[in-house]
Amino acid sequence: MTATQSFYHTPAPPHLTGMKAWLLTHDHKRLGLMYLGAIFFWFVLAMFLGLLLRTELMSQGKTIMDAATYNATFTLHGVIMIFLFVIPGIPAIFGNFFLPIQLGTDDVFFPRLNLFSWYLFMFGGLFAIISLFVGDGFPDTGWTFYVPFSVQNSANVGLTVTAAFILGMSSMLTGLNFVTTFHRMRDKSMGLMQIPLFAWSLYATAWVQILATPVISITFVLIVLERFFHIGLFDPDKGGDPLLYQHLFWMYSHPAVYVMIIPGMGVISEIIPIFSRKSIFGYKAIVWSSMAIAIAGSLVWAHHMFTSGMSDVSVFVFSLLTYLVAIPSAVKVFSWVSTMYKGSIEMTPPLLLALIFIFLFSIGGLTGLVLGAAGTNIHVHDTQFVVAHFHFVMFGGTGFAFFAALHFWWPKMFGIMYRFKPAYIGASLTGIGFMFHYVPMLILGLEGMPRRYYDYLPQYETGNFLAGFGGYLLIIGMVTMFVNLLLSFKQRMPAPVDPWGGTTLEWTVPSPPPVHNFLHKPQIADFPYDFTGVTEQLLQRGGEGPLP
Amino acid sequence: MDNTEKPHVLSFTQLGMVLGILLVLTAVTVGVSYVHLGFLNIPIALTIASTKVTFVLLFFMHLKYEGRIINISFLSTVGVLVILIGFTFWDVAYR
Amino acid sequence: MSAQIDRTGIKIGMWLFLYSEIILFGGLFVLYAAYLHRYPEFFAEGGKELNRIIGTVNTVVLLISSFTVAASITAIQRNNKKQTVGLLLFSIFCGVIFLVNKYFEWGAKIHHDIYPNSETLVSGEPGLNIFFGLYYVITGLHGLHVIIGMILLSVSLVFVLQDKVNAERFSMLDNSGLYWHLVDLIWIFVFPLFYLVL
Repeated sequence: MTATQSFYHTPAPPHLTGMKAWLLTHDHKRLGLMYLGAIFFWFVLAMFLGLLLRTELMSQGKTIMDAATYNATFTLHGVIMIFLFVIPGIPAIFGNFFLPIQLGTDDVFFPRLNLFSWYLFMFGGLFAIISLFVGDGFPDTGWTFYVPFSVQNSANVGLTVTAAFILGMSSMLTGLNFVTTFHRMRDKSMGLMQIPLFAWSLYATAWVQILATPVISITFVLIVLERFFHIGLFDPDKGGDPLLYQHLFWMYSHPAVYVMIIPGMGVISEIIPIFSRKSIFGYKAIVWSSMAIAIAGSLVWAHHMFTSGMSDVSVFVFSLLTYLVAIPSAVKVFSWVSTMYKGSIEMTPPLLLALIFIFLFSIGGLTGLVLGAAGTNIHVHDTQFVVAHFHFVMFGGTGFAFFAALHFWWPKMFGIMYRFKPAYIGASLTGIGFMFHYVPMLILGLEGMPRRYYDYLPQYETGNFLAGFGGYLLIIGMVTMFVNLLLSFKQRMPAPVDPWGGTTLEWTVPSPPPVHNFLHKPQIADFPYDFTGVTEQLLQRGGEGPLP
Repeated sequence: MDNTEKPHVLSFTQLGMVLGILLVLTAVTVGVSYVHLGFLNIPIALTIASTKVTFVLLFFMHLKYEGRIINISFLSTVGVLVILIGFTFWDVAYR
Repeated sequence: MSAQIDRTGIKIGMWLFLYSEIILFGGLFVLYAAYLHRYPEFFAEGGKELNRIIGTVNTVVLLISSFTVAASITAIQRNNKKQTVGLLLFSIFCGVIFLVNKYFEWGAKIHHDIYPNSETLVSGEPGLNIFFGLYYVITGLHGLHVIIGMILLSVSLVFVLQDKVNAERFSMLDNSGLYWHLVDLIWIFVFPLFYLVL
C-alpha cells in the first residue's frame, strides 16, 4: 500500500475491510460516493413517478391511475425530489467529495459526524419507504403538508413528516460540518479571497442549512403533536391560526430553495471559467452574491402566501423584498456570461450542460418575477405556471447543475473518462425535452389550469399532451446521459490528473485521489482562477483539448 | 487560526458573582411582575430576561473570550430570530 | 492533518449546533409572539393560573446548576478531579429537582382538567386554549432538552471518572456544559413569558 494509491484501495480507518470499509468509513470521498448511490436511486424513482403523473394528465379523465393514487403520487414525487434529491444532491455528493480537496485538506472537520449524517439520510429514506406500506398509505397532502388537511386526514402523515424531520437533521449536520471545515481545516495559506467559488457557495448554503432547517423541524414536530394531542395551535375552532403554519413552513422552505440552487451556481462558476480559459469575471461579486442570496432569501418567505388571506401590508412588503433576490441572482448570470465573452471557449459536455443551466435558470428567474409581483401572482397563483416556474429553477437549474457536476468531476471521482458524443446527444435531448415539457405548462397556467388537479377542461388537453410528450423526450435524454456515464466503467479510458485544464486544487491531485487527497503539500495560488499557466501548457500541447 | 490557544479560565469567585447577579435579577423580575404596569410588564420582563441571558452567554458560556467567528455568527443567529418573529408581524399586526 | 486537537474548531461546531437549537425554539416563539399579540388578556389570565412559586424555584435551580457546570469546567482546567465530579453530580441533581417540580406542576394542571384537548380548554376561551397549548409544547420540549442535557452531563461525568476527560482534553465536558447553559437560556425566556405575563 503506497501513498499514491487511490482512496478506493486505502480504507479509512485503515483496519476496515470489505463492506465495512464503506459502511464505517470516515473518508469524505467514500461518503460522497455513498450519497451519490443513494441519491441517484431516489432521483430515478421520483423521476419515474413524475413521468407517471404526466402520463396520467396526457388525456382527459382517468388514464392510468385513479384520483387518490394521483394525489399520493404527486406528494411522493415532491417529497422525494425535495428532501432526498434536490436539497442533499450537490452538497452531500460533490460537496463532501470536493470541499476538503478544494480547501487543501484531507477530510472534513468532523468525519464521524459526516458518517452519522449519511446514516440519518438513509434512515430518513427508509422511513419514507415504510410510510408507503404501513397504515393507510402515503399522504396525499402535497409536499407542503398544509394544515388543517395534514392534521385531519387519515393517511400516514406522521411517519412521513418524521422522515422529513430526520432528513432535515442530516442536512443540518452536513452544513455544520462544512462551516467548521471551511473555517478550521482550510490550508493556512489560503485567504478568504483565494477560495474556489464552489467552496464559497457551499459555505453560504451551509449557513442556510443550519439556520433555517430547525424551523421546519419544529413545524413537523407540531404536526405530529397536533395529530396525537389535538392541541389546536393551528385550528381556528380552538383559537389557532392556520396561516401561522404556512408562515413557519415557508420560513424554512423558501430558504431551502436557496439550499438547492446556490451549490448549483457554485458548480457553474467552476465550469464556465475553465472552458473559457479565462479568469472568472467578478470573483468577489460572485462570492458576495452567494452570501447575499442566502441572506435575502431568508426574508421573503411569505411570497408563497399572497392569496392566503394574510394582511395587505405583508403582501406589499414581501413582494418588494422578493425583487431584492433578483439582484444577486442576476449578478451571477451576468458574471458567467461576461466570463465567456472573448474567452477561448472549448465545448465539452459539462460546458454544454452549464449553458443549458444558464438558459433554463434565467427563464426560471424571470417567471419568478411574474410570481413575485403581487398583482400578477393573484392571476397565476396555484396554477401550472407555478409548477413550471419552480421546475425551471429546481430542475432546469439545480438538476442541470447536478448533471454538469457529474460530467465535470466524473473523471476525478472515478479516474475514468466517458465518451463525449452520447453525452452531447443526451444533454441536448434533455434540454429540448425540458422545454417541450415545461413551456406548455407555463401557457396552461396562464390560461388558468390549476396545479395538482387530476382532471381538466377539454381546452387544456393539447397542452397537457405536449407536456407529456416532452416528458418522455426528457427521460430518454437523461437515460442516454446516465447510460453513457455508466458505460465508462466498462470502457475504462483512464482520466489524467487534469483532463480539463482546471486551476483549482482538485485538478492537482491524482484521479481518483489518494486517501489523504494530497501527495505533496498543496500550493495555494494567489487567485484560484488564473489561467496563464494553463493556456501556456495547452499551447505547448498544440492546443489539443480534452481527451476523447 | 492558532490551534494552541490557551483557554481562558474563570475563577470560582467570578462565576459566583455572575450567579449572584442572575439571582438578584430573577428576584427583580418576579417582584416587578406583582406591580401592575399594564402593557409595560412584558417589555420590562423581556429586558430583564435579555440582561440575564447576556450574563450567562458572556461568562458561563465564555462568549466574551471566544474568537470573532463565534461572536459574529451568534449575533447573526439572534438577527435571524428577530427577523423570523419581526417579519411575521407584517402579517399578524396588520391583518 | 495534525494530531493535535483543534479545541476551537470543536467549539465552533458545538455553537453551530446550539444555533440550530435556538432557532428550533425560535419557531415556537414566533407562535408565542403572534398569539400574545392576538390574545393578550387571556395570556395574562392563563399566566395567573400557573404557579409562580414553582416557576421561580425552577429558575433558581437552573441558574445554580448552570453556575456549578461552569465551575466544574474551571475545576477540570485546574486539574481538580474531585471538585469536578462533585460539581457535576450536583448539577445533575439540580436537573432532577427541576423535572420533579415540572412533574408536580403538570400533574396539578392535568388534575384540574387543563391539558391539550381537555374538556375545559376545548369548551373554554380559545385564547386560554392557545396559551396552555403553547405552555405544554414549549415546556415539554424544554423538559426534553433538560433530560438530554442531563444525559450529556452524565456521560461527561463518566468520562471524567475514567480520565478520558482531563485538564488537557475537556471538549466533551465543555460542550455538554454549553448545552446545559442553552437549556438555562431558554428557560430564562420561558419563565417570564409564561409565569409573569400580566
